[in-house]
Amino acid sequence: MSQAAAGTQPSVRRTNLFKKGFLYVALIITSITMVFPFLWMLSSSLKADNEIFTFPIKWIPETVYWENYYKVWTEIPFHLYYLNTIKLVVITIAILLITCSLAGYAFSKIKFPERDGLFFLYLCTMMIPYQVIMIPQFILMKNLGLIDTHAALVLLGVVNPFGVFLFRQFFSSIPDELLEAAKIDGLSEIGIYARIVLPLMKPAIATLVIFSFMHTWNDFLGPLIYLTKDELFTLQLGMQHFIGQYNTEYSLLMAAAVSSIVPTVLVYILAQDYFVKGVVGSGVKG
Amino acid sequence: MFGKKPLTMTQRNRINGYMFLLPNILGFLAFILIPVFFSFGMSFVEWNGFGAFKFIGFDNYTKLLQDDNFIISFRNSIIFMLITVPITLFLALIVSVWLNSGIKWLKLFRTAVFLPYVTSTIAVAVVWQLIFNPTKGPVNTILMNLGMDNPPGWFASTSWALIAVSIVYIWNHIGYYMVLYLAGLQGIPDHLYEAADLDGAGIIHKFFHITLPSLSPVIFFTVIMGVINSFKVFDMIYVLTQGGPGRSTQVLVYTIYNTAFKQFDFGYASAMAYVLFLVILVITFIQFRAQKKWVNY
Repeated sequence: MSQAAAGTQPSVRRTNLFKKGFLYVALIITSITMVFPFLWMLSSSLKADNEIFTFPIKWIPETVYWENYYKVWTEIPFHLYYLNTIKLVVITIAILLITCSLAGYAFSKIKFPERDGLFFLYLCTMMIPYQVIMIPQFILMKNLGLIDTHAALVLLGVVNPFGVFLFRQFFSSIPDELLEAAKIDGLSEIGIYARIVLPLMKPAIATLVIFSFMHTWNDFLGPLIYLTKDELFTLQLGMQHFIGQYNTEYSLLMAAAVSSIVPTVLVYILAQDYFVKGVVGSGVKG
Repeated sequence: MFGKKPLTMTQRNRINGYMFLLPNILGFLAFILIPVFFSFGMSFVEWNGFGAFKFIGFDNYTKLLQDDNFIISFRNSIIFMLITVPITLFLALIVSVWLNSGIKWLKLFRTAVFLPYVTSTIAVAVVWQLIFNPTKGPVNTILMNLGMDNPPGWFASTSWALIAVSIVYIWNHIGYYMVLYLAGLQGIPDHLYEAADLDGAGIIHKFFHITLPSLSPVIFFTVIMGVINSFKVFDMIYVLTQGGPGRSTQVLVYTIYNTAFKQFDFGYASAMAYVLFLVILVITFIQFRAQKKWVNY
């Protein structure tokens, strides 16, 4: 390396070109490897079963079997799974945004003696594995009569220390002087929160919406524990049952898989900056 | 108004503070904080979901020590962690360094690498099941074309299943750590590299003397998260192997789920969960002790 740096101009340029070339080749190979399963999934979902495993891989099927999708959506109540999931996502996010932003505001902008101790408690529980609390939660839900209801999943989704943590982070970036000025103008605490702080928080809100959308959409363990009735199933749970029933009809499985990931892939591609911000700001996987 | 003193600043703030916290803190207490203590208590009882708790002291814990099922899943979880964490973090670091070297189409590459992380494990697991199909799947077809007579049985083989799950897990998680590293790399000031350039330092030298030390807090964080996350793998196991074949992919979290929600042995499952918690605590504690030796702040 040092020789190249000390060499003449053209040789430097040649090593740089070589380095760049290597980088792009490496990155293209990596990207293809990462995306391969998705492409294969998509291509298989449009094939006849006996065509899926042909080798070398035929990416474009000889005859395109659109009816695979039709079958998936009619043979099992896939639309119902979709609606259930969307319902859960919307309600959970709406409540989550309100409770977490209120709590985040209290933790960052209202000074009272127990505040930091309480926040520390929140932080500590983020380290505790879900398995530790899942049994008492289940017992509690059972006593509340919430087994086999979507309400159980909403409650669990809403109680999320991570959301509070994220909002507190974002709120801390707002200068206190701004709030002091509003207070002098006679705004109450709730007025400051609603009229000054929240409008500044659009990026935080977007981040949390995207993040909890992905989390709720992909959640599997929650529905697995709480839902037993087919008509209540979420997409993930419905998928899992579908896999059990149709485990040899590969192209149908692939069509179902594609159908179930389209919304998350779209949302991710459209809003990836917010999502990446959420990952970086939190470091917590769902 | 008579005789009542106006509220002090602190009192007013406290009332406001709790009003803001109220909706959240109720849920926090009921569904997180109290359950943490409740399940600790449950780990000392025998209970199947009905009837009264039967206090049995440390019996659940002593039973764990002789329980094959538990020991095997504990071992599997450790092996899984030892395979996946170093490889995932290493690959994520490499890719993030590539992405950070001023290339074009950064967003496109980042999207590709991150995509597996945002898609549901269930959907992804189905595809991998086909990709790793022992007789017809593309992986084994390629291996056989390359002249391998007995390619691995992947999910169907007791000796390969855990490795196959690890491969899927690594593929699934690289993007997450890559994004964290990329953010860390972008925070390293350019003048460090410019100074090194003036000294005629090469790429390798710069990587070990500037990049790695500057990134060490992020790496420390990802090691901790990586270990915790690897212990939490459940969806993938549930869909891909159900813990099998045999018990070859039965990890701790999966055993806890089965003990609680298939065998309804809630006390025993709570004891297992607490062991898991303790293991995570101990590993994290050791890492915090060790960080002084290698993390630069």
